[in-house]
Amino acid sequence: MKAVITVIGKDRVGILAKVSGACAEHNINVLEVTQNILQGLFSMIMIVDVSAADMEIDHLAAVFSALGEEIGMDIRFTRTELYDAMHHI
Amino acid sequence: MLNTNDILESIRMISDENLDVRTVTMGISLLDCADPDPAKACEKIYKKITTKAKNLVAVAEKISATYGIPIVNKRISVTPIAMLLGCAEHPDPVDYALTLDRAAKEVGVNFIGGFSALVHKGFSAGDRLLIESIPQALAKTDFVCSSINIGSTKSGINMDAVKLMGEIVRKTAEATADNQCMGAAKLVVFCNAPEDNPFMAGAFHGPGEPDCVIHVGVSGPGAVRAALTKSAKGLSTDGVAELIKRTAFKITRMGQLVGNLVSEELGVPFGIVDLSLAPTPAKGDSVANILEEIGLTVCGSCGTTAALAMLNDAVKKGGVMASNHVGGLSGAFIPVSEDDGMISAASKGFLTLEKLEAMTAVCSVGIDMVVIPGDTPAAVISGLIADEAAIGMVNSKTTAVRVIPAIGKTVGDSLDFGGLLGYAPVMPINTASPQVFIDRGGRIPSPIQALKN
Repeated sequence: MKAVITVIGKDRVGILAKVSGACAEHNINVLEVTQNILQGLFSMIMIVDVSAADMEIDHLAAVFSALGEEIGMDIRFTRTELYDAMHHI
Repeated sequence: MLNTNDILESIRMISDENLDVRTVTMGISLLDCADPDPAKACEKIYKKITTKAKNLVAVAEKISATYGIPIVNKRISVTPIAMLLGCAEHPDPVDYALTLDRAAKEVGVNFIGGFSALVHKGFSAGDRLLIESIPQALAKTDFVCSSINIGSTKSGINMDAVKLMGEIVRKTAEATADNQCMGAAKLVVFCNAPEDNPFMAGAFHGPGEPDCVIHVGVSGPGAVRAALTKSAKGLSTDGVAELIKRTAFKITRMGQLVGNLVSEELGVPFGIVDLSLAPTPAKGDSVANILEEIGLTVCGSCGTTAALAMLNDAVKKGGVMASNHVGGLSGAFIPVSEDDGMISAASKGFLTLEKLEAMTAVCSVGIDMVVIPGDTPAAVISGLIADEAAIGMVNSKTTAVRVIPAIGKTVGDSLDFGGLLGYAPVMPINTASPQVFIDRGGRIPSPIQALKN
């Protein structure tokens, strides 16, 4: 089962390390990473496989949201269906 | 294939532009709860609601967290209670309202609609009893909402009911005068009421609906406004309409997804998506602001009705392809107290009751969440209800009146309902009396538009 992690906020050292570290901790396999910086605003999108994760997505969402608060970024962890539904016919 | 820009756009719509699913509403039929013994009927009602909706809130919250979609309200609509009163011996409708309130609190929803009666062609057993109990029922409960259908294109307008409802609206406000006249904010008088409306205060579970069903009401004025701010500069009106359609499509797809997921998880059939732009008092989440973004200096100016007609049509066209079952009210809402831009326009005198009435001819509901002076006579409120019902009847559309007489207050004062119901200034109303017309009673015959067969 795939999910999307989005990380948005002010660029700083170690964002990718923190987020991918949390993925490893919860047995989440990172499939794709895209990141860019526009006018100092960092945005990263990770497509991950949560089939073997150690908890359900609603709990992972809370864990990553808390990590976001800790490092001063907006982190969202959601299933992919929303983006498919909104943008593809 | 997921596209980075698409993902970021969805996140922005949710986090910055207040995009949300406004309500997941479970419709529950109570027809099998009718009983000659009112106490037994109430027991059956409580049991059925608390069984069917036991997991509604938990499931909606889990889906919200898993898919990253805010679901603001979880609600219940039930069979019009007047239908259950007919067979009961000496029932007190307030007991039924208290039962609904208790059941709503038990399952954790924030409103329950269906303290209702359908009297568009006349009163049947239980209808008058229910209507006369509304002031007390809404004063003694927290979450119960009431609606009365007094007219339809097919049957005309029940002017006896119009007269009665003018009085009931006043009495309901009086009964809750120490609580911002809140009772009247939970009471809607409809013409052509839809049977599958998920939005309060007008939601009820029509007799043609299945035993239990899930309806979804989407929102998103902030997202439409933001799309216009970003991309509408220099566009002609048809370009603006196209932009609104595209945004409405995305908003509605989110509602359809949530409806499917909740319905699957609860094992309850999915009913409809209500394609509505439902504003909130939050800054920017406003239908008035969309009209201003289209090019009006202020909502209420000349041009408002035309801009709203275009907006309403584009929302439907964009939404209808995104959902396999569309229903409810479906269109742009214009509740004054719930819309930051309308509150501002009304406070400054640009948005008047007469302009709002014109706007209701082209959008999805009616004179909604409008605060009027506390000394407004019942006959004037009845006249307003009759006018709105006539617009709905002739145009084959839903119209409604939800006005709040601010008891003890007048123009220059305001009422603050709190939360999503917002706050609003007392708006002036034409008090020239329609008393003789209202006292005639009887029925306005159905219009020629009704003869379609």
